[in-house]
Amino acid sequence: MKISVYRFDPDEDESPRMEEMELDLPAGRDLMVLDVLELMKARDPSIAYRRSCREGVCGSDGINMNGRNGLACITPVSEAAPRGKLTLRPLPGLPVVRDLVVDMGQFYRQYEKITPWLVNDTPPPAQERLQTPEDREKLNGLYECILCACCSTACPSFWWNPDKFVGPAGLLQAYRFLADSRDTATAERLAALEDPFSVFRCRGIMNCVSVCPKGLNPTRAIGKIRTMLLSQGI
Amino acid sequence: MALVTNVTSFGRSGLADFVLQRVSAVVLGLYGLCLVGFFATTPNVDHATLVGFLDSLTMKAFTTLAVVALAMHAWIGMWTVGTDYVRRHYFGRGHTVYLATYQVVCLGAIFVYVLWPLSVVWQISGS
Repeated sequence: MKISVYRFDPDEDESPRMEEMELDLPAGRDLMVLDVLELMKARDPSIAYRRSCREGVCGSDGINMNGRNGLACITPVSEAAPRGKLTLRPLPGLPVVRDLVVDMGQFYRQYEKITPWLVNDTPPPAQERLQTPEDREKLNGLYECILCACCSTACPSFWWNPDKFVGPAGLLQAYRFLADSRDTATAERLAALEDPFSVFRCRGIMNCVSVCPKGLNPTRAIGKIRTMLLSQGI
Repeated sequence: MALVTNVTSFGRSGLADFVLQRVSAVVLGLYGLCLVGFFATTPNVDHATLVGFLDSLTMKAFTTLAVVALAMHAWIGMWTVGTDYVRRHYFGRGHTVYLATYQVVCLGAIFVYVLWPLSVVWQISGS
C-alpha cells in the first residue's frame, strides 16, 4: 500500500514535508490506520504519533486521514483510503510538535474556559446529589466526549479564532453542564458565552458532527446554548 | 430587557448581533416579497410606475426600514468576515491596521448605501 505521511521535526527541519513509502499489508485483513502506523514505526522508529488505548476510548490518536479527521485506532484502512493511497497528516489548525503530534494547549485552554466541572453552591447532601432519570437522560450525547479534538480541528471558525471561539468540543461540554439539573451556575455560564466569539462564531457547517468518532452532535448542543441565551436575553 | 440593552450595544454582544441579523433578514425577506409582488403584478414597469409604487408614506417607511436592516445585516456580516480573515497569522504584526482600514472602508460603503437610496426615495415628489 502507498502511504504518504507528514514529517516535521522543528529541531532539524526548516519546513514540513510529505514522506512517501510503500508497505506490504497482511492479506485478507482490514487493518486499522493505527496498525499501519505501528508497521511504519517498526520500519522507521523516528516517526512520532500519540496512541494509548487502541480502542477509541482515550482520544490520543486523533489524526487527519485522507483529509478527514478521526481516530486512527478505530478507522479501518479501507474506510480511510478507499482508493488505495493513505495520506496521514496531523490534526489541522494546531501547532505541530513533531510529525503527527500536535500541541493541544489551545484546545485545552478553550475547554478550561467553559468551567468543565459541576458548580453547586448549595450544601452537599449526606451522600450524593441525585437526579431524576429524565434529568439524567438529558446528559446522553454530551458526556461521552473524549476530547480527541477531531471536531474542533475540523472547524474553520476554530482555525480562524482558536483563541476566542470555544470550538465544538468545548461547547458540547459547556452544554453538558448547562443541561445538568445539579448545576447552579447557569446564569454565569451563559454570561461567559454571550460575546460575539465564544458561541456565536459557529456557522453551523457541521464539520464537527461529520467527523466525531463517537457520533456526537456538537452543532445541536451549540443550537441549544443559543436558545438558552436567547431565552435569558428576552 | 437585557436583550434590549444588548441590542443597543450593537457589535459587542454576540446575542445582539445574532438577533439583529435574523430580524434584519426577515425585514429584507418581506421587502423582497413586496418588490416581487410589485414586479409580478405590474405589466409595464417604467419610471412613472416605480415612482407611483414608492410614493406613499408606507412604502417610504418600509424602504427606509429595509435599507437600515440591510446596513445592519451587512455590517455584522462584514465585521465577522474581517475578524475571521484579517488576522496576525496572515497579515503579521500590522494586522490591526489592516483590520481597522477594512472596517472603515466597510462602514463608509454602508453609509453611502444607506444615504443614496434614502435620498432618492424621500425626494420622490407628490408626498
